[in-house]
Amino acid sequence: MDIVTFENVSKTYRMGQVDVAALNQVTLRIPQGAFTALVGPSGSGKTTALNLIGCLDRPSTGEVTVAGKRVDRLDRREAAVFRGEHLGFVFQDFNLLPVLTVFENVEYPLLMILDIPKGKRKPEVERALAAVEMADQARKYPAQLSGGQKQRVAVARALVGKPVLVLADEPTANLDSHTAQKVVDLMKRMRDEFGTTFVFSTHDPRIMEQAELTFHLEDGRLMDESVAGTEVRHD
Amino acid sequence: MIKTMRLALKNLMRYKRRTLLTGLLIGVGVVAVMVFVGLSGSFKQAIVGQITDSFLSHMQVHRKGYMASVDNLPLDRMMPAQAYQRLSAILSKADGVEAFSPRIKFGAMLSNYVQTTNVRLNGVDPEKEQAAAPLLSSRVLNAARTDVLLKPGDVLLPELLAKGMNVTTGDTVVLVANNKDGSVNGMTFMVAGLVEGLMGPGGRDGYMHIDDAAALLRMEEREVSEVAIRVRDFDGLDAVSEALRSEIEPILNQQNKPMFEVHTWEQLSPFYNVIRMIDIMTLGIKVILIAVVLISVLNVMMMSVYERVREIGTLAAMGTRPGRIMALFVAEGFSLGLASSLAGAAVGLGILMVLRITGVEVAFGGANQVFVLAPTISPGEVVSACLIVLAVSVLASVQPAAKAARLEPVEALRHV
Repeated sequence: MDIVTFENVSKTYRMGQVDVAALNQVTLRIPQGAFTALVGPSGSGKTTALNLIGCLDRPSTGEVTVAGKRVDRLDRREAAVFRGEHLGFVFQDFNLLPVLTVFENVEYPLLMILDIPKGKRKPEVERALAAVEMADQARKYPAQLSGGQKQRVAVARALVGKPVLVLADEPTANLDSHTAQKVVDLMKRMRDEFGTTFVFSTHDPRIMEQAELTFHLEDGRLMDESVAGTEVRHD
Repeated sequence: MIKTMRLALKNLMRYKRRTLLTGLLIGVGVVAVMVFVGLSGSFKQAIVGQITDSFLSHMQVHRKGYMASVDNLPLDRMMPAQAYQRLSAILSKADGVEAFSPRIKFGAMLSNYVQTTNVRLNGVDPEKEQAAAPLLSSRVLNAARTDVLLKPGDVLLPELLAKGMNVTTGDTVVLVANNKDGSVNGMTFMVAGLVEGLMGPGGRDGYMHIDDAAALLRMEEREVSEVAIRVRDFDGLDAVSEALRSEIEPILNQQNKPMFEVHTWEQLSPFYNVIRMIDIMTLGIKVILIAVVLISVLNVMMMSVYERVREIGTLAAMGTRPGRIMALFVAEGFSLGLASSLAGAAVGLGILMVLRITGVEVAFGGANQVFVLAPTISPGEVVSACLIVLAVSVLASVQPAAKAARLEPVEALRHV
C-alpha cells in the first residue's frame, strides 16, 4: 500500500513578476514503511515536496494523497488536524521549544495536539525517550543538549504520537558526520520498531546511500527513482 | 485550559526582564488607581458626610416654588401647617426614612446692644434636628448645654459673626425679624454656643428653637420652610427619594398645583459638582490605566509573536490547531494581566492600609476644617480594577494572537 502518492503535482511560486516552478508535473509513490530519501541540489524541490506531503503547502495543480486521504485541498484547520493525527516532523534546526524540558517537548504533541490524558501520556513519552536513548536527559532543557541529542529528542517528539509518516527536512544537515550517522541509524531503528514510514530530504551522499527508496529531483522535476540500488529513470 | 496557561506562563518567563518590567508598569497603574480611588472615596465620604450630617441632611422637602427663591428665605412660600401635617404622616410611614426635622428659616437683625448685623437663622426642634443632622452638635463651639443642642430662649450664632460682634456663649442678644405680613418683632436670646462654619448653603446659619422662631415671626399657625430628611441607608438614597417623589409630588394644593418639591443633597449643595469632578478624575485615572495596559501588553505580545515566528511555524507544523495557537498567546496576555493586577492590588491594599493607620490630613473650606482621611476601598473597586486590567490584557493580546494563528506554517518555518 502506498502511503504517499503524487499525481502530476506542480507547485509554482510567484517571485516578483516571475513565476518559478518549484515542482513540475511530479508523479511518485512511496510505499508504507519505506525509508525514503528525496535528494537533489539546493532549489531542486525537495523541501517543496516535503511541504506538500506534510500538508504545510498546497500544490498549484495535481493530486496529493497521504495515508489514503486527498490532502491537496484541505483548509488550514483540516490540515492541522491531519498533521497532528497522522504525521510527525523532524526539522533541520531541531526546532525544540526552548522553554520546555526534553520530557515536555516530547509530551507536547500528546498534550496540546492529541489531548491524551495525563495517565496515558507519561508512559508514552518515557517509551519514546527510551527508544532514542534520552530517558536520562528528560529534565534537561534543549539549551543543555548537544546537536545530536536535540535531534534525537526531535525524533522522539515526531514519533510519540505514533504517526504513520515522519517527514524530516535535512535532518542531518547541522550535525557532524558521526552524529548524522547515529541519527540515521536511529530513524531506521524507529522505522523497524514502530513501522513508521520515514521520508527525508538530504544532499549528503553518505545518507542518501542508506535510503531504501530514493527520489532524485532537479529543477522541480523527478529525474529518477531508485529502490535499493535499482534505478528507474523518468524522462 | 490549564495546560495552555502553564505553557503561557513558561513562555512569559522566557523573557523575565521584559515580563517583569511590563508587569511592574501594569502593577503601578493598578496601585495608582487603587490609592486614588481609596483617597478620593474617603475624601468624598468625609466631605459629603460633613455636609449632610451636620446641616443639609440627605434630602429636603419644600413647598413647591420655595427653592426658586431660597436665597431670600421667603416667608410667603412656607409650607402651611396642614401640608406639613400631611407630609409628616407620609414621612413617618415611609420606608427607608430614618428621621426628619422641620425647619423655619428666616433672616433677622442681630444686636448686641452696641452693634447690629444681619443673620440667617434656622428654627429647629433640637431632638428632631439632632436625628436628621447628627453631626450638627459637633460644630457647636463653647456649647452652654451638654444634654441638648439648645432650649427655648437660646440661640446658636455663626462663629465668625459672633466674633465680629464680640459676642460669646452666655451673652444676651436681641433678634428682630419681619414676619410675612411685614410686622416687626424683637426678642432677647441667650447665646448658647457658636456654630462652626461649613462650606455650602446654610453653612453659616445660626440656630434657635422652632417655637421661638414661630413666636418671633408671630406665626398664628405653625408653618415650616423645609423638612430635612435622613435616610437609613445613604447608598439607597436615590431609591428612597424616588419613592418619596412619586408619593408626594403628585399631591396638589387648592389651586390644583403641586404642593411639594423634593431635593436630594446633590441638588442642594454645590459641592456635588466637586464630587462629580472627583468621579471624572477617577474615570480619567482608569482610562490611563487602560491605555497603559493596552500599550504594554500589545507591545509585549507583538514582540513575542515577532520573535517566535519560527516556533509558531513549528507548533503549526506539528498539528497545533490555529485556535489553540491563538489561545496560547491570549493566555500569555491574560496571565500577564492577572499576575500584574493581583500584585498591584496587593501593594495597593497595603499602601491604603498604611494610609489608613497613619491618616491623611486634608484642609478644606478653611484652615479650621481639617479632615483626617482614613482611605478605604470597596472590594467591588478592587475587583473592578483587576477586571479592567484582565479584560484589556486579553483585548490587547487578541490581535497579535490572531496574527500568530494566521501565520502560514511553511512561511513561518522559513523565517529567520
